[in-house]
Amino acid sequence: MQQPAIYVRNLRKCFRKRTGFRKHAELWALDDVSFSVAEGETYGLLGPNGSGKSSLIRVLSTLLIADSGEVRMRGLSLPDEQEQVRRIIGRVSVDAAFYKKLSARENLLYTALLYGQKASDAERRAMRILEQLGMENSKFSTPLEEMSRGMQQKISIARALVLNPPLLLLDEPTTGLDPKSRRDVQTFLENLREREGTTILLTTHDMAEAERLCARIGFLAHGKLVAEGTTAELMRTANATTLDDAFIKLTGEELVAEELVAVEE
Amino acid sequence: METTMRQTWAFLFRGYHLTRRYIGWVVVFNFYAVVTSATVALIGVAAGNYQLTLTLVVGALLWNYLSWLYQEISMSIAYERWEGTLEYTFMAPVSRLVHLFGVSLYSLINSVITSLIVLAGLVLFTNLNLRGANLVGVVVVLAVSTLAFIGLGLIAAVFPVMSAERGAEATHIFQGSLLLVSGVYYPIEVLPKWMQPLSAISPATYTLSACRKLFGVGMSGSTPDRLAGAPLSAVTHELVILALMGAVLMPFGLWVFVKVEAWAKRAGKLKRTG
Repeated sequence: MQQPAIYVRNLRKCFRKRTGFRKHAELWALDDVSFSVAEGETYGLLGPNGSGKSSLIRVLSTLLIADSGEVRMRGLSLPDEQEQVRRIIGRVSVDAAFYKKLSARENLLYTALLYGQKASDAERRAMRILEQLGMENSKFSTPLEEMSRGMQQKISIARALVLNPPLLLLDEPTTGLDPKSRRDVQTFLENLREREGTTILLTTHDMAEAERLCARIGFLAHGKLVAEGTTAELMRTANATTLDDAFIKLTGEELVAEELVAVEE
Repeated sequence: METTMRQTWAFLFRGYHLTRRYIGWVVVFNFYAVVTSATVALIGVAAGNYQLTLTLVVGALLWNYLSWLYQEISMSIAYERWEGTLEYTFMAPVSRLVHLFGVSLYSLINSVITSLIVLAGLVLFTNLNLRGANLVGVVVVLAVSTLAFIGLGLIAAVFPVMSAERGAEATHIFQGSLLLVSGVYYPIEVLPKWMQPLSAISPATYTLSACRKLFGVGMSGSTPDRLAGAPLSAVTHELVILALMGAVLMPFGLWVFVKVEAWAKRAGKLKRTG
């Protein structure tokens, strides 16, 4: 049997927040989260702000070390084999984090060099990706600070893809984009998965986006994965007519003991 | 090897383009460095004391070099936090050794260029005659001191990893303390007695002491027309201490950095700030 591209079991992460002199509160960002993503699959994680989506992406990106649990990326264990994991992942975060004074070209070449790639090859690949994302070549030399948020996010996606990683971690990649840019990005991701077989873990607030792109979806609330399955399975389980309703029912107050709702195939 | 070279080049590439884009600020910082150094050196000129002028010139020049080097390395993490790119650098498959080597190399190039600009400014303002100074010896001492200061910079660079704002403040406090105790512009004997032992643990103390001898400061044979710079053998004691400090501080700085990075990943401290 083929090993999953992403394998997460009983993952827990707690942050201690200072609330006063010698007083701390514990905040469970991830509470016993388990799921797996098959090679070439697009898996969506839906959850409100503060549900633990970004913490989970950070753990998978080697930027956060979990308190307990098991994480394997294509068979490589985290955090022990983080150096190897870094070679197979690309990440896009909700905020387009760049050197804003530098141009798109300079930012992308810096990333490519950091990953040990040949600058000329990376530049060609980046140009191709940006064209597919609907960006003009002339924008390549424009400083990032002069670009719209949508353009910056497209550069951010190009940065992750210029490395040609088999695993893509996308943390709300279309948040704040206009409808046209959002559609460009979604179409690009669909084509990427079909063409390259890239495994994608996508977090989003957007139900329509999750329905369009994801083979399976997990609902995350208060650090717990409360349900997972295909759109149809989730709606059936929640006895809902839309994914929106299913989300509210499965993550809302009527959810008994916040247990993982196992959705059978 | 090719990958390591490209990764090292990445930090030089980034530094070069950031310098280019922030050229206005680079000019301002260099102007300020020249003016503050000249202002200090002119105290000696006003006093009509050639030896005092030379003492102040050597202090200003070396402090510019060492503090610039220290600051560029120690603040490199703070800059990345402010830009929001720290997570992406830490996520890249580049070893911390190569990362910090790349950052240090760029800082070193920057420091040398700034020091040459300050030297030109000081010569212009004080009409200094450096004939007879052991300049080759000075370069050797600076090269050995560089290792110790890179080590100090690496140690201080962990503060912004721990806390973005507080960390940057801590690196400046540390830098100010070095300026105070190292005898940059005055002999350490004028410091309060309780503070004087601190000068013994600052690498800058030995760099300044050695370089002053090599320039000929305080040497009976030195005149305004010709300095009597000491031979390199006269500063063996300082060179040995500086080499030992470099040998200890560089690996220690790297070790501390790796430990604090692991702690920051457990505590969730790598998120963007600013």
